[in-house]
Amino acid sequence: MAIAIALIVLAGGSVLFYFLSPWQLTPLASNWGAIDQTIVISFWVTGAVFVAVTLFMVVALIRFRDRGQGRAYYEPENKRLELWLTGITTVGIAALLAPGLFVWGAFVSVPDDAHEVEVVGQQWHWSFRFPGEDGEFGAARNGLVDTDNPYGIDPEDPHGEDDVLVNEPRVLLPVDRPVKMLLRSKDVLHNFKVAPFRAKMDAIPGQRSYFWFTPTRTGEFEAVCAELCGIAHFAMRGRVEVVEAERFEAWLAEQPTHGELAERGPGDPEAGQQHFAACVACHGPQGGGQQATNAPRLAGLDADYLRRQLRNFRTGARGEHEADRFGQQMRPFAQSLEDPAAIEDLVAHIETLPVEPTRSTITGDERRGEVLYRSCASCHGADGQGRQAFKAPRLAGMDDWYLVRQLHNFREGVRGRHPRDAYGSQMVDMAQVLVDDTAIRDVVAYIGSLAEGGASAANAPDDTEE
Amino acid sequence: MTVTLILIALMMAAFVGWLLRQSIAVRPWVADSGQRPASIPAAFTASRVGLVAFLAVVVSVFALTVSAYLMRMEMGADWRPVPLPGLLWANSAALVLASLALQLAWRAAARGQARRLRQALAAGGGFTLAFLIGQLLAWQRLEAAGYYLAANPANAFFYLLTALHGAHLLGGLVAWGRVLARLGGGADATSLRAGVELCALYWHFLLLVWALLFGLLLAT
Amino acid sequence: MAEREYDASRYAPPAEVGEMELPHPKGFIGKYVWSQDAKVIAVQYGLTATAIGLVALVLSLLMRLQLGFPNSLSIIDPGSYLQYVTMHGMIMVVYLLTAIFLGGFGNYLIPLMCGARDMAFPYLNMLSYWVYLASVLILVAGFFVAGGNTGAGWTLYPPQAISPGTPGIDAGIVLMLVSLAVFIVGFTMGGLNYVVTVLQARTRGMTLMRLPLTVWGIFMATVMALLAFPALFVAVLMMLMDRLLGTSFFMPEMLSTGEGGDHQGGSPLLFQHLFWFFGHPEVYIVALPAFGIVSDLIATHARKNIFGYRMMVWAIIIIGSLSFVVWAHHMYVSGMSPYFGFLFATTTLIIAVPTAIKVYNWVLTLWRGNIRLTVPMLFSIGFLFTFVNGGLSGLFLGNVTVDVPLSDTYFVVGHFHMVMAVAPILVIFGAIYHWYPKMTGRLLNDTLGKLHFWITFLGTYAIYYPMHFIGLEGVPRRYYAYGETTFISDSVQALNAGISVAAFIVAFAQLLFLFNLAWSYSRGREAGPNPWQATTLEWQTPHTPPRHGNFGDELPVVYRWPYDYSVPGVKQDFIPQNVPPQAVEREPDAGRGGTA
Repeated sequence: MAIAIALIVLAGGSVLFYFLSPWQLTPLASNWGAIDQTIVISFWVTGAVFVAVTLFMVVALIRFRDRGQGRAYYEPENKRLELWLTGITTVGIAALLAPGLFVWGAFVSVPDDAHEVEVVGQQWHWSFRFPGEDGEFGAARNGLVDTDNPYGIDPEDPHGEDDVLVNEPRVLLPVDRPVKMLLRSKDVLHNFKVAPFRAKMDAIPGQRSYFWFTPTRTGEFEAVCAELCGIAHFAMRGRVEVVEAERFEAWLAEQPTHGELAERGPGDPEAGQQHFAACVACHGPQGGGQQATNAPRLAGLDADYLRRQLRNFRTGARGEHEADRFGQQMRPFAQSLEDPAAIEDLVAHIETLPVEPTRSTITGDERRGEVLYRSCASCHGADGQGRQAFKAPRLAGMDDWYLVRQLHNFREGVRGRHPRDAYGSQMVDMAQVLVDDTAIRDVVAYIGSLAEGGASAANAPDDTEE
Repeated sequence: MTVTLILIALMMAAFVGWLLRQSIAVRPWVADSGQRPASIPAAFTASRVGLVAFLAVVVSVFALTVSAYLMRMEMGADWRPVPLPGLLWANSAALVLASLALQLAWRAAARGQARRLRQALAAGGGFTLAFLIGQLLAWQRLEAAGYYLAANPANAFFYLLTALHGAHLLGGLVAWGRVLARLGGGADATSLRAGVELCALYWHFLLLVWALLFGLLLAT
Repeated sequence: MAEREYDASRYAPPAEVGEMELPHPKGFIGKYVWSQDAKVIAVQYGLTATAIGLVALVLSLLMRLQLGFPNSLSIIDPGSYLQYVTMHGMIMVVYLLTAIFLGGFGNYLIPLMCGARDMAFPYLNMLSYWVYLASVLILVAGFFVAGGNTGAGWTLYPPQAISPGTPGIDAGIVLMLVSLAVFIVGFTMGGLNYVVTVLQARTRGMTLMRLPLTVWGIFMATVMALLAFPALFVAVLMMLMDRLLGTSFFMPEMLSTGEGGDHQGGSPLLFQHLFWFFGHPEVYIVALPAFGIVSDLIATHARKNIFGYRMMVWAIIIIGSLSFVVWAHHMYVSGMSPYFGFLFATTTLIIAVPTAIKVYNWVLTLWRGNIRLTVPMLFSIGFLFTFVNGGLSGLFLGNVTVDVPLSDTYFVVGHFHMVMAVAPILVIFGAIYHWYPKMTGRLLNDTLGKLHFWITFLGTYAIYYPMHFIGLEGVPRRYYAYGETTFISDSVQALNAGISVAAFIVAFAQLLFLFNLAWSYSRGREAGPNPWQATTLEWQTPHTPPRHGNFGDELPVVYRWPYDYSVPGVKQDFIPQNVPPQAVEREPDAGRGGTA
């Protein structure tokens, strides 16, 4: 008897759960309302079957339980009944399938007026490309990717010259205009998913896949990776901002084209020295860092990271949080660098500064730290030298007190939580691995030991093999 | 996957058709005296049925590999066909002879001719070994000519297909060795009939597989 | 080891089954270790599968700990989380479920239910177990090598399975692939045995249409496994070559740790096609034996013939055949040509029809039955409810359009655990409660059994049903942590904590079961030969537990189908399969209990 009651409660509870659960489809933000409708149809049809079958079972269990006197009815089969049931089921299945196929027909046919955006997946971030004025993408393949050509665009292809590159995980899309997302990957499988858009697809290295949708409301949406792509899969996020057409056009015009980026030469270290004068007071004469002024070492950091952090400080993506006292101090200095060329020169100068051994100020269990560092190594490298492709700065040879403070900041969300600090949010997620202060000290102690081994090699330009 | 689907569909169709014939007109709930005629002909011994089931598995293995071959050829733009060494023709001849020898061995076993059985078995095994050594030589020649395993998917598939086929022959040689050992141990020729028969059928099957693989390699 | 040759060629077909010579070794080792007795091999399979399954259970608890109470243990980092995900999935699907249904129940029940002395090739059968054990040991070795197990997910998709950024790309993935290849070899040995035994070694009178559905389910699952596992085998070989020899079957031109890699032109999708060509039939390889077993449990404990036996058999055959043409429904958003979606959505939904028929026939068997709410029956009802729920959510995911937003979310996790984990496991439990008395001569403790059932049934439902809804919200699966994701509501964390608590309770309840198994072995109530008053042949053996050779001096002769329960006009409410018509005791007043 208990089982009959249990089944009723479970079935009823399940149905109630569907209606009352706070976890429902995210509010739709694209044209794919039809997909939501197919989901709703599926819920109603399957829900009815579920309740019907369960109730039938419940009645059977109550009425035909063995009470010691009855005897089962003998009926090997009933062709009529079985045919009827088969027929009804077939009709029900067709009722589910038909709308599904109908909507799928729309899903596979991209409207002619759709504009194209290429989404490039890479461990563990996204970047985007627009076809530029000629409306066609330049051919690209992974074999051509290097630091100067992060998209692997074929230099022979004239269409590539005007391709607009958005080399950060944030993209703007115009509202109410169909967009065809072309996906590819530089390394493993990824899947570009924005839940409110409903549509999604895997990105595959070596080939292109696509899906299309029309954003129907403005706002900022989070993109996640929905295909297992390695240990930082869960931290692979991006942002899609749907805006009015004018804002989109203005934003797109600001983004550099492939040709412009190729023309842009490297910064001038000589000229940068002049700007660096302002940094010396806190960061030390050779950019070696000074704990007394709470200013970290700059020497040894790569240009890409320096550029990005300067921009973060300028825009308030970093150093805005009230708990980040020292970050706040950095902001006015960064804001004083207005000319992009000045930033280029400055970071070029910093790259020339010598990397000298640091003094260790932290003690921790290096062996425990080594285990914890396993997660860090995926991006920052087993040697802690940092990897530009992962947007991961160098750790080995950096001031340990600074690393401890930043890990604290990341873990508490003091740094990296700002929506414009794309890669910072990854560190917020990853820093959760360090469950307490001891763990932070241990891992930093291990990073310190990496520097001791690699101190002599550290001066060489970063051609460390991995 | 078309190749696999067709082959599996054929195998399943034959099997399901047989099952349905067994079941369609039956009213299972009717009890009877149990004195029914044999539903399976006497020729279907357990070992033969076992062999057929195993061959179905092998068909599936090769069909899937060939499917992968055809799909990979289509999917990547980097396919550069391997020039097949002429040695493969000689190898094929050796395999045909091995198959023939085992057929003779089967006949000899059926007639209880121990000496002929021994000769034919030895010849069959010898030709098979010759085939396998020939395949190894063919690999060596390709390597020497610069067609390394990792250089191109066409090469990789060539090595994979030939290795898979060779591994099945090696497995066959184990069964062949057992029969030969029992013959050496003084077993009577007729009692070995079942074992020799399985070997012969298996060899014919692998010859057919090789013919198809060789044809596929030649055609692409 | 006294090994006597069993000459298969002299073996006669079912109509006049000849006696087979069995090796009867003396001593503990010969009887229980290097045994060629299918029943002992079955127990060996069962115990090994249970042991490795417990490892996978612990891994799932570690995952639940991280999801419910993030970062409470510092050993669970993102890498090890993925390793748990991978090993949990692979062990449960292949090394536990496949092995226990086919190797365990298949070995125990096929010869007994067919009325055979043993499997057709006992030596091969023994070899099959030892090769399986080797594959398990190779798999376990992965826990101890540098870098640990692979963390590529149980689907082992390239490129990530063998490229940096995934844990265990050194030795872990190689051990996993080798272990799978070895498993497939071992399974093929066993599988040929099951097929040939069912086809060739049935006793006199045991026509195909008199086979219990258990045998039908295991038989068809074995046929499918024999044809489907080669796909995994080929994929595994090719991936091993990519990993060890530098070929490019699956590996495209790509960056590795941000720099150029060595591969060129390979197709990751090719692997997915091969994998799912195995992977989808694999679902039914696990499901069909469960279908079969649960049919027999329901019929026996409801004292009623299974409704529409022929339809049930045909449904098994049709499901088995169709399952080969639905594989790409796992790949709707994989980037393959989306036009395949039309085809595979249609085939996938068609397969729902025979499956639905099976469900109808089970519940119609309950209708007007004489239901005894024994522990096996409770587990069968639990299966029905769970399977209906999981099967219906499959209609969402099989329907290509609906799948797009739901794929790779917790909806999928909820669905396949309901349909492929909980449902079959409930059947396994029910089957153990049902056949334990035959295997040991003693019944399992009823109170502990009921407690075990209630916690497991309600607990698993509480775990997996809510998961569908967080999936609806778009929560992606295989995530170590959710951080501050804008579209995921904060309450998901609370729900995850609740699910984890339920998971710990359910896991704890399994200890009750293990205790029950051990305790009842010596202290359980004596069962007698046929405690459930069942009709099938395994309950009619002269000894309980059956001895080597199963049926004493003479093989039984079968006169009827296995579902002669509550036949009108007959005194007892069951007639065993080997009772001749003239020996059936009639009631004086024929007419009670309805007419056919």
